[in-house]
Amino acid sequence: MTAIIAMRRRPLRPGRVGAYVLLAVAAIIVAFPLLLALSYSFMSESEIATFPPPVLPANPTLGNYRTVLDSIPIGRYLLNSFIVSTAVVIGQLITASLAAYAFSFLAFRGRSLLFFVFLSTLMIPWEATIIPNYMTMVQLGWIDTYQGLAVPFMATAFGTFLLRQGFMQIPRELWDSARIDGASSFHFLRTMVIPLSRPALATVAIYGFLSTYNQYFWPLLITNQTLMRTTQVGVAQLRFEESARWGVIMAGVIMIAVPTLALLVAGQRQLIRGLTAGAVKG
Amino acid sequence: MDPKSYDACRRYDAANVMRWTARDLRSLATGLAYLAPSFVLFAAFVFIPLGRTFYLSFFNTRSTGAITTFAGLDHYLELVTSAEFHAGLLATALFVLYTVPLGIGLGLVLAVLLNQRLRGINVFRTMMSSTIAISAAVGSLIWLLLFNPSLGLLNYVLSLAGIAGPQWLIQPNVAIVAVSITTIWLTLGTNIIVLLAGLQGVPEEIYEAAHLDGAHGATLFTRITIPMVSPSLFFLVVVDTIAVLQAFTQIHLLTRGGPVDATRALVYSIYLDAFQNFQFGYASAQAAVLFALVLVLTLVQFLVIERRVHYQ
Repeated sequence: MTAIIAMRRRPLRPGRVGAYVLLAVAAIIVAFPLLLALSYSFMSESEIATFPPPVLPANPTLGNYRTVLDSIPIGRYLLNSFIVSTAVVIGQLITASLAAYAFSFLAFRGRSLLFFVFLSTLMIPWEATIIPNYMTMVQLGWIDTYQGLAVPFMATAFGTFLLRQGFMQIPRELWDSARIDGASSFHFLRTMVIPLSRPALATVAIYGFLSTYNQYFWPLLITNQTLMRTTQVGVAQLRFEESARWGVIMAGVIMIAVPTLALLVAGQRQLIRGLTAGAVKG
Repeated sequence: MDPKSYDACRRYDAANVMRWTARDLRSLATGLAYLAPSFVLFAAFVFIPLGRTFYLSFFNTRSTGAITTFAGLDHYLELVTSAEFHAGLLATALFVLYTVPLGIGLGLVLAVLLNQRLRGINVFRTMMSSTIAISAAVGSLIWLLLFNPSLGLLNYVLSLAGIAGPQWLIQPNVAIVAVSITTIWLTLGTNIIVLLAGLQGVPEEIYEAAHLDGAHGATLFTRITIPMVSPSLFFLVVVDTIAVLQAFTQIHLLTRGGPVDATRALVYSIYLDAFQNFQFGYASAQAAVLFALVLVLTLVQFLVIERRVHYQ
């Protein structure tokens, strides 16, 4: 109701209409590939093959989704991706909170040097270490295991940096009074710092989840068994079939993109905070 | 604190740099205990492997990865002479050249469009930044369909404009363009968000003052907007370049490095030589080159950001 009244009060000027038209056109062009994938996922293969290429399905069908469920273990892929991504998030939250706490509240010699060593990991591209890391996985027998997919990513310099910034917002007086009350430093971290830093922790969690869920190279390398594939590698396998079934591929694409898009809508504010945190590689 | 006593502290510290009291050691031990979980993981999966990459680059290996003979600088010399590696470097350079300026330019235009005070603007912001949640694999599979010569919409739309679309993934000089287009789309969300944040940091008064001085339209954009967001622009140039250097998924799903090595960018080349040809030493030398390139870019970024890009 209030929205309608407010709208009436401010009549649409021609410039404003133009701005909306421009925005709508731009938004549709940017989102077009994704919208097209959604549309194609409801088309039969024969409809996709018609000329000119269709944009909207004439007879929407759920057949492609049924084929995905029947031909690849997509439920298992989703489960694998969720297990691995959740494990990485939990690992990162633990390691990064501990480290960020040391870098913000604890005073010790060599702290700046150690912080620099931490940040230096941001300059090392994962792909530059991928060969020895692969060999480590073979030696440990971690090929085709959840630990192989998750453990290498359980520490995060970027997340530590973000959490440290959040921890430094907490008033020093809280720390001083906790010390006077005789609380141990770990008790203070657990009962004060963590509960007060929920927004920063959420940013790290969403980041960790998205980047792990969307990985391709590492899971491709260290999984061979079909049942250990993650969503990205599992669905991409459909592309290497003899004759590509585009409707099926697009249905698979939509099924594995939905969780990340939902996360984007739910956690947009946290994601933007992470991306704009400054000159740190995202 | 008054400066004199601060100086006194500094002198005291300097004199005691080498002396560790029991209290110093205890606080260091506590600090290290908190850092240990991260450090163990960084050591195992970042620092030691990086060292091993350099080490491996000086050796020949069996297909299992076991070291056989010392190769000295052979692998690096091979990089200098290999036509394949040169093709890969050219592909990488073109990939950066096509992707980074266009991606950031497009991101800036869209960010300016999104930087308006309009009702419902957040819907448009979410839609246009949606690609941050899209994985490289999902994006590549969708673009693979768009590039398809018979089924794809891209060439159909081009034909409506009277343009005969190319065989996107088959013509060597076009394949890297196709990979670049996919990458521009994938990075657009990040570019928009970073630039929009930069634009929102520009004080309104600057525009008002320039308006009073008679500046408008294009002048405002080139003389005020671009200089004011130059830190964000520069940040993206470096971050996007590093991301392109690391690109693998798009190439694996769109072109597999082909046709005739036209899209054999650095990381894909590492993948082929290590995990298809099992030449771990030679692939490690390429990984060392990747590390050096990213290091230089990061250092440049650090030095320039220290100096600030624009002058207030």
